[in-house]
Amino acid sequence: MLRACSPGSLLIIVPAFNEEGAIEAVVREIQDVMKDTPVLVIDDCSADGTAQAAKAAGANVLSLPYHLGLGGGVQAGYKLAFELGYDYVIRLDGDGQHDPRYIPQIYQTLRDSNCHMVIGSRFVDPHAEYTSFARSWGIRFFRFILRPILGKAVRDPTSGYVGVNRQALAVFARSFPLEYPEIEALVVLQRRAFQFQEVACVMRPRKAGRSTITPGKSLYYIVHVLLGVFVNILKFERHRWRR
Amino acid sequence: MDRLSDALTIFSLGLIVLILASLRRSHIRVEYSVSWLAAAVALLILSRSQDLMQWLARIVGIHDPPLALIVTVLAVFLFVFYRFSIVVSDLKEANIALTQRVAILEFHLQSRYESSKEKS
Repeated sequence: MLRACSPGSLLIIVPAFNEEGAIEAVVREIQDVMKDTPVLVIDDCSADGTAQAAKAAGANVLSLPYHLGLGGGVQAGYKLAFELGYDYVIRLDGDGQHDPRYIPQIYQTLRDSNCHMVIGSRFVDPHAEYTSFARSWGIRFFRFILRPILGKAVRDPTSGYVGVNRQALAVFARSFPLEYPEIEALVVLQRRAFQFQEVACVMRPRKAGRSTITPGKSLYYIVHVLLGVFVNILKFERHRWRR
Repeated sequence: MDRLSDALTIFSLGLIVLILASLRRSHIRVEYSVSWLAAAVALLILSRSQDLMQWLARIVGIHDPPLALIVTVLAVFLFVFYRFSIVVSDLKEANIALTQRVAILEFHLQSRYESSKEKS
């Protein structure tokens, strides 16, 4: 039965939507690296056998009865982890792009530093870069936008390879962006004066399936995220003034 | 001008009939029909009263009274759409929270079932 047993307990969550072809290998890789750490796959109402494949690999599965999108799925995982009393949660994507070998480093950084969030970043080590041309320009654009908002540089703001501590978990269990959550989540934490840190990671090509961000959706992505960032700034300021 | 007023009258009557029929078949809830009914009745009254229409045209600053009426009605309907966007957003928030809660409760139930099966 899934439950936090000791202080410093870690849960690994893997949001997945139609990842039948990749999820089993992802779960097994995580288990090879983190032998006694529970893995929770959040199945976002997949039409294929994602949930069954994850269970067969030995993961716990949280099955959403209705497709919520990435943010809704990740938040469901954060809510469950918070209810079960976990102190740390690390999120990996279910498509195999995030190499589980970096989990110990993210976990160690979460425990040793005072950071509320640790991001697995492609750009801390300049030799380990892997991304498409369009995406790298998108990342540069958001770095430029986020620098003054966050008060410090963030090298890989779109990375979904993220670890959070219990304080950040409490915030995200209450409020988490629904679509394209990575960048907005940084702003949500910054408005609460939380700290983040990046550790070097190498991302891999996805094992199976297709990315949800197609070239046609890129413009929508940029507009949506920009709006979300500014709404988060306004929302929290209003809340602070009322108090 | 008269033909446009007549067309607006027919449109508003049609809208009222449509809303009432939807209410009768429970396709729309009473609280969400009020905005539409108020807008349709206002359009009906204004389209049948030349004095009111000319007064409205003076206020809006458009010389052609039926055109002023159409602009005003569009503004009212835009407000109604905005109100419904708020309602839809609230419903979506509630839907997400409920979906997550159902999944979490199902997870707890499944875990208890599996652990009791292991014990027995």
